[in-house]
Amino acid sequence: MSRIEETKLPGVGVRFDFITRQGERVGVVHHRGGRREIFICPPDDPDTARLVLDLDDDDVHTLADVLGVSPVIEEISQLQQVEGLAMDWLPIKPNSPYAGRTIGDARIRTLTGVSVVAVIRGEDPFPAPGPEFELKADDITVVVGTAHGIDAVKSILADG
Amino acid sequence: MSETARLLLEIGGIVFVLALLARLARWLGISPIPLYLLGGLAFGQGGILPLVTSDEFIDAGAQIGVVLLLFMLGLEYTGDELVKSLRTTARAGFVDLFASFTPGYLAGLIIGFGPIGSLFLGGVTYISSSGVVAKLLEDLGWTGNRETPIILSILVFEDLAMAVILPILGALALGGTVTGTLGSVFAALTAVVIIISVASRHGEGLSRVAFSGSDEVNLLTVFGVTLIVAGIAEQLHVSAAVGAFLVGIGVSGEPADRARALLAPLRDLFAGVFFIFFGLSIDPSTLPAVAGTVVLLALVTGATKAGTGWWAARRVGIGSRGRIRSATALLARGEFSIVIAGLGITAGVAGELAPIAAGYVLLMASAGPILARAVGPRATL
Repeated sequence: MSRIEETKLPGVGVRFDFITRQGERVGVVHHRGGRREIFICPPDDPDTARLVLDLDDDDVHTLADVLGVSPVIEEISQLQQVEGLAMDWLPIKPNSPYAGRTIGDARIRTLTGVSVVAVIRGEDPFPAPGPEFELKADDITVVVGTAHGIDAVKSILADG
Repeated sequence: MSETARLLLEIGGIVFVLALLARLARWLGISPIPLYLLGGLAFGQGGILPLVTSDEFIDAGAQIGVVLLLFMLGLEYTGDELVKSLRTTARAGFVDLFASFTPGYLAGLIIGFGPIGSLFLGGVTYISSSGVVAKLLEDLGWTGNRETPIILSILVFEDLAMAVILPILGALALGGTVTGTLGSVFAALTAVVIIISVASRHGEGLSRVAFSGSDEVNLLTVFGVTLIVAGIAEQLHVSAAVGAFLVGIGVSGEPADRARALLAPLRDLFAGVFFIFFGLSIDPSTLPAVAGTVVLLALVTGATKAGTGWWAARRVGIGSRGRIRSATALLARGEFSIVIAGLGITAGVAGELAPIAAGYVLLMASAGPILARAVGPRATL
């Protein structure tokens, strides 16, 4: 995934932007109250936003559906508003001791207090997996907890 | 004609004229503020439609207008945002303060407002209109531009500076002894610091407790609390406007969104009355005499403000087109210049302050957006 830059716009909302593989700066302005603007900047003038779309709440969901993006991301971005709460995407590497075992086996919550809120397998999201959920190599777990706890989870998933 | 009939006709007439002017401003694509001021001139002494009975209403309405303008400004920001942007834009903010306050202050000295009276004219030329600029960014589709965060953070700095300057000017306006003035300035600054720091930590929680599910209850609660705090602040010589601004900062999160939607129409109404009120206080025959001063002041402070915008954008590596946009975006002066001039008039600064401020805002509130539109029209693919 490209690096997303987040910029606060006091009095307006928040802007997220990233550079596409074609070199255009693409961004979304989240206005307070839910309206969103999508814009593109041509590669030769990264300062000037050309407004492309002006979307309300409904349109945003429709567009996300059409793009085939998992709705998990949005829920997580709301969670991130809580102070001290960190979120991370941890891949299950093929050599991880838990590839092929369940989330319960890893005892993540017991040991670190961190929750696995979703698992993403290829294109498919599995929101809120239970302890019996079986992890596979190349899954991506979405975890929420303290920054410290998440570091601990990283080493559990890597080394057991 | 009975007193009641005349009162209703006059108030109705004022509001209806405001409506026509707002419509005209939309059609011209400019801020309605300069037109409202012209409307006030037309209603005033020596104007074409002098008012007789609605004085008290306009007087009270104008006070409420100032309170609501500042309350809504405070709503735009959370304490957190203010603290953060103070840290990141302090340098650009002080350059802006120096570059655009000084010419006004010097002009005041030359005209003969004295060292204290000139502070008000400095304030008039310093502060850009957050309302006009925010609308401009939106209308021209500039919100996604890379220079926009810089423009916004300079505006935040100015508004915060105003929260510090207003109580000082307010205390000077109310006169009194040196120790009394220092005391109220100290009280004001303490209140500003306490409220901003509490609001940046607990604002959302507090607002959530105060808000209920009913729009009616919310409107009355917010409006009532704002006026009461403004009144207390005024009594403590901290200036009603600053009290209202602080209440606005205290309300944050979702309740702020709702308060914005609920109070915006009230603000539009009473702010309109306030501009009419200010226009009313000016004798149109005094305008030609100050025209030269106004134009000169507009040229100089237009140049310093544009220079600040250009420099601030260049500092963070924005290209030339973005620098020009940020130079023009900050030009517009509006509601807060008039608020400061209004305080100056209460303080008994020489009579020319009102026509100079009105003429100056007339020029800057119209020229700013027109220039911005010319250099950066809405970009499409």
